Amino acid sequence: MKIYDLSEGELRALNENLQSANENETSWQIERPEGAHAIAVGLNAPIEVTINGSTGYYCAGMNKHATIKVNGSVGPGVAENMMSGRVIVEGDASQYAGATGHGGRLIIRGNASSRCGISMKGIEILVEGSVGHMSGFMGQSGKLVVLEDAGDSLGDSLYEAQIFVRGKIKNLGVDCVEKEMRAEHLQYLENLFKSEKIDCDAKELKRYGSARKLYNFNIDNLQNY
Amino acid sequence: MCGIVGLFLKEKQLYPELGKLLTQMLLTMSDRGPDSSGIAVYSDSDESEFSNKLTVMSANPDTEFALLKLELEKKLERKIALQQKHNHGVFHLSQEELQFVPAYIKSILPDIRTMSKGKRIEIYKEVGLPSKVTKQFGVSAMSGSHGIGHTRMATESKVTTFGAHPFSTGSDQCLVHNGSLSNHNLLRRKLSREGIEVETDNDSEVAAAYLTWQMAKGLSLEQSLQKSLTELDGFYTFLVGTKNGFGVLRDPIACKPAVMAETQQYVAFGSEYRAFAKLPEIQSARVWEPEPATVYFWEL
Repeated sequence: MKIYDLSEGELRALNENLQSANENETSWQIERPEGAHAIAVGLNAPIEVTINGSTGYYCAGMNKHATIKVNGSVGPGVAENMMSGRVIVEGDASQYAGATGHGGRLIIRGNASSRCGISMKGIEILVEGSVGHMSGFMGQSGKLVVLEDAGDSLGDSLYEAQIFVRGKIKNLGVDCVEKEMRAEHLQYLENLFKSEKIDCDAKELKRYGSARKLYNFNIDNLQNY
Repeated sequence: MCGIVGLFLKEKQLYPELGKLLTQMLLTMSDRGPDSSGIAVYSDSDESEFSNKLTVMSANPDTEFALLKLELEKKLERKIALQQKHNHGVFHLSQEELQFVPAYIKSILPDIRTMSKGKRIEIYKEVGLPSKVTKQFGVSAMSGSHGIGHTRMATESKVTTFGAHPFSTGSDQCLVHNGSLSNHNLLRRKLSREGIEVETDNDSEVAAAYLTWQMAKGLSLEQSLQKSLTELDGFYTFLVGTKNGFGVLRDPIACKPAVMAETQQYVAFGSEYRAFAKLPEIQSARVWEPEPATVYFWEL
């Protein structure tokens, strides 16, 4: 295990070390992040990084293969554009968590604020608390699973990302509708909860998706432009 | 981008630490805005006759402050003291004097500008990074119950001392802003018709003046902030100071960041969590993001 104290060392040096880590250095621990930005970004190997404390903007951004765990809360844009791997946040996440993510799994044990999963492209996001307004906005593919409530305009202008929510929804965004929970969806959720050791009955969640009414231009709406 | 910090102390024994804590918080926000920075400090005041404070600023303090002191002593027919900090100075006045002295100063020495007036508020602001500005004014040594700091990345008006935040448009009131307002010229004309003149071209000063106007009409700060949600158009996270506390408001879209922390000892506001990293007992604080379009308020 390599331990790196960010209050003493340079962030750039840490990221360079993490980005070039090899199979002999698979376990890293970062102490005293003190809200610094862009910690553990652009990793490209199956290493494990634990951050003890809260981080600022863009923690674990562009992650590929690595497992990054934050024992604290994260600022805006955690795991932005993740390709693969796992990011676990023990606390809360600020705006646009998991934005534009192509793959991998982001788990937020607390709440995520606005625009969680905006423009998601294949990432799986599991939020054990609630998500803020405009979550899932323009989500193209992937899954957003919320175990508590969702704020204003959930799934606005959604493409083919799937959204599952257990709690209350303030309101659904344009072109987002509740959809039937089929066996394959229940199976997906059951597997997710089992693999993450979460005690939750998949049947308590509802599924939301695109009504696909915005996909094509509708001549009747011409006067609105 | 701009950086905002605020600290509201719940325990009196922490008051001497206010300036030090606020400085340390503001320094962490330096890269959010390199243009100018400023602070508003609300210090203890007594009930003596001359306990009201007028903070003024001059580009030529060495010549103008001495002159101003002489002129004011003539006008008020008493000896007065000026506590000078860099190019700002604080006079202690009676309630009655505070009403007419700012206009009198403007009439005799128009280059001297009023930064703030009130029972408790003092505002210090200048062009430059927080490290430079806080040092110039000796902010670390200041004490008080609550304070607000701002570091500016200019968007809507020139980089000058007067374009720096906080803006004060009413007694013991001030506002700092992260964001930009799109209807500030319209509002400026509306305020002008109501007899309220905004001194700079800055959008944030219009927001401050708008709140002052609402409060002058009898609304509470909370009600005024609530009303601004329908009348101010644009992006904003506001932190608004009053004699007894501060309020927070984010626009309904809430793109501009805001995070808060509360312990038994204090309530802290920051544009980012970094601002809290060195605060006492931050590990056990309740940390959360203020909701969009929701007014938060703390008072003594």
